[in-house]
Amino acid sequence: MTGMFASALTGFVWVALWHLVLTMTAILTMGAALPLALGPAALAGLVAGVFAGFQRPASSRNRRIAGIALIACLLFGFSLGAPFDPAGLLAVWQRVLLLVLASAAGWLSIEKTVGPATAGYMARYAAEEFYLRLLWGLGLMMFVLIVAVPFYVMVMTSLKSQQSLLINPLDLSIDYSLGVTRLLRSYIELFTDYGFMTLLINSAVVSVATVIITLLFSVPGAYAVAKLRFPGRQWLSGSVLLIYLIPAIILVIPLYAVFSQLGMRNSLFALCIVYPATTIPVAVYMLRGYFAGLPSDLDDAGLMDGLSRLQIITRIAMPLSMPAIASVALYVFMIAWNEFLFAFMFLDDVKLFTLSRGIVSLNSSEVPRQHLMAGAVIATAPVLFLFLWFERFLVSGLTAGSVKG
Amino acid sequence: MSRTSRSEFQGVLARREKRLAYLLLLPTFMLVLAIVLLPLVANFWISFKPVTLGDLRPPSLIIKEAARGTIAAPGDAFKIEYRFRNSSMKYPLAEASVRDTLPDGFTITALDPACDITSEAGARSIICTLGDLDAKARGKLVIEAVLRDPLKVSKDILKASKPETVFTAQNVMTSFDFTIENFEKVFSAAEFWNVLKTSIYYTVFGTAGALLFGLFAAQIMQKTFPGRSVIRGLLLFPYVAPVIAVAFSWVVLFDPFSGVVNAMLLQAGVAEGPINFFGQRKVNISVFGLTIEFPVALSMVILFEVWRYFPLSFLFILARMQSIPADIYEAAEMDGATPFQQFWFLSLPFIAGILSVLFLLRFIWTFNKFDDIFLLTGGNAGTRTLTVNVYEQAFAISNLGAGAAVAVVIFVFLLIFSIIFIRFSPKDAG
Repeated sequence: MTGMFASALTGFVWVALWHLVLTMTAILTMGAALPLALGPAALAGLVAGVFAGFQRPASSRNRRIAGIALIACLLFGFSLGAPFDPAGLLAVWQRVLLLVLASAAGWLSIEKTVGPATAGYMARYAAEEFYLRLLWGLGLMMFVLIVAVPFYVMVMTSLKSQQSLLINPLDLSIDYSLGVTRLLRSYIELFTDYGFMTLLINSAVVSVATVIITLLFSVPGAYAVAKLRFPGRQWLSGSVLLIYLIPAIILVIPLYAVFSQLGMRNSLFALCIVYPATTIPVAVYMLRGYFAGLPSDLDDAGLMDGLSRLQIITRIAMPLSMPAIASVALYVFMIAWNEFLFAFMFLDDVKLFTLSRGIVSLNSSEVPRQHLMAGAVIATAPVLFLFLWFERFLVSGLTAGSVKG
Repeated sequence: MSRTSRSEFQGVLARREKRLAYLLLLPTFMLVLAIVLLPLVANFWISFKPVTLGDLRPPSLIIKEAARGTIAAPGDAFKIEYRFRNSSMKYPLAEASVRDTLPDGFTITALDPACDITSEAGARSIICTLGDLDAKARGKLVIEAVLRDPLKVSKDILKASKPETVFTAQNVMTSFDFTIENFEKVFSAAEFWNVLKTSIYYTVFGTAGALLFGLFAAQIMQKTFPGRSVIRGLLLFPYVAPVIAVAFSWVVLFDPFSGVVNAMLLQAGVAEGPINFFGQRKVNISVFGLTIEFPVALSMVILFEVWRYFPLSFLFILARMQSIPADIYEAAEMDGATPFQQFWFLSLPFIAGILSVLFLLRFIWTFNKFDDIFLLTGGNAGTRTLTVNVYEQAFAISNLGAGAAVAVVIFVFLLIFSIIFIRFSPKDAG
């Protein structure tokens, strides 16, 4: 393989891909029905790739400008003057913006991918490095797109009206001329007509209660497993995670039957005992690891100073393991907030619905799609906010104890 | 302090420590016992019982009291009627009887043979013995009476005293009434083997896909580049967001009529008509003259599973890779190992442990997955897995016993997986 081939391939792939991505972005954000024509872009990329292969002394500012300009000109030329919209649906500044973005992104990607490769024969090492760079870029782009698009569609759909969604499903642009109240109409209706305030409060109550109960139970339990000697300790720390493998769907029938006969099925209280039971094992497992890492000398010193074991837990072990407790708390909150199966099975009364349960009932042909998506945004926002705010804790929590889903 | 007393002292300490440990663990143990372990046993119990959703309401004796005839002037003849009914469609009531207090002010002229009148402390009451009542049994007790004092008797006064019922009913949940019909039904259903097959496809491809994508993402994120931490956070979104939100986003995204994906495909000229991604069982694809039935909905559901859970494998694999010492790569570099060789011979052996643990745990969890499929397709269009079948049998068809029987099947599979898991799990895996 020669560097020239590598560089041409890079140009071909990247410019076509950026053209595709930018066209789709333009369709979704500007609401214009643009065609997806990749030929001219691929050709322009190929030529630019060859150019990148010839120009050797590595990247300089002038070369970069030349490359971007080259792609822009080729794109413009090969597409007969209309690189993005032959039908002329966009404003001039939008067309220029797309062209500049495509050329710049295309050239920078080429530069980054080709890297130090030379035009001549590439040794195996250099060739593999080149392929890895290409894969790296393509992979990064793919991951960002596949993750972001569903969330983007969720948020944007929630801001549309029923008619505009039916007229052009691809138009996810925000019509600022509508004003805030009409843009947020779905959200306002959810809170006024569908009682989403109650749902939010219910979800918050259940989740917070689950966190508190879980911690109340699991902190002493984890401390005992980590620090105290008793027969069955080894066995217990091994089997705690096995409980975690028992799926909710096996438990749901007996729990439904028993709770129904006791008359406590249709209540938030029922959720507040079922959720902790499913989260406590993993909380014990996560905290145990952390407690075991605390030096036992601290406990001994506390005992010498006349603290009881409970005081050691509250005054020594807990303050020292706040990061672990925080990550357990966040993780448990997330599980309880996102839980669907038990909420769906147990709750009949609209006033007791949690968000998950309430949103399922929005999934009917009588409720417009944008309401469903607004509900999804309302359910997602608090969790994502918490996640972004405490990402460090949460990530360590996730890796420490959970392979659950 | 002598030797013996010291060891005694230590014995006391050890005992105390043991007691405290058990005390600290007791609440956790009780809760897990009540909500996880007992239901697990109860599930086996229910799977051998002929119990439907309707049986959860225990059978009872329903009584309606009515007075017929005019009750106005002394000498008026009227009737008091008690209509009774066994509310259960399936189970008998044993030793049933009714008791009601009757006001003064009328004379009873004819009494139903099942009934007796007793007077206690001036209050008159009627007791009727109904005996054993079959399922759905109903009947009527009639008392004929003549009015004496219109001030003391009226229809309202008669109705004001609610009849009390006494009976013993079998609670189907606690009775020793067993059957293997549930299992027969589950295994003989033509769809069962399809359900099992779907479950296995879903589990194998979902797990493998999530793992491969996670591995790929971890490789990408290992490089440092500007915006890396932001993108790392973004990549975790699918796993962190509520399943309900992301599942419905996918449903909306792939909607055949108002979905972005279909509109995009139409616009690009790739598809001739809208594709019902979550509603179409299969599509025939011919490759070189061979026609392959491609399962559309099942693939979509697997894709969703991969999308939602690759972040988790990504997180674990990345954490493991970052703990690999950098100098071994430097050494490999010196020896002229190419990047792919470095990946294959250095990185992969290092992460093999975590990969196998992830595979086995994810395999079990994917096998147990219910919410995702239920929300995306409702188990239709060839996506019904065993877990969705539990719901379908127990709550859609209202046959709790059959649902529990499917749950038992799941549990048996789970047991097999766990044994394999414990057997083959590498001891050094972090």
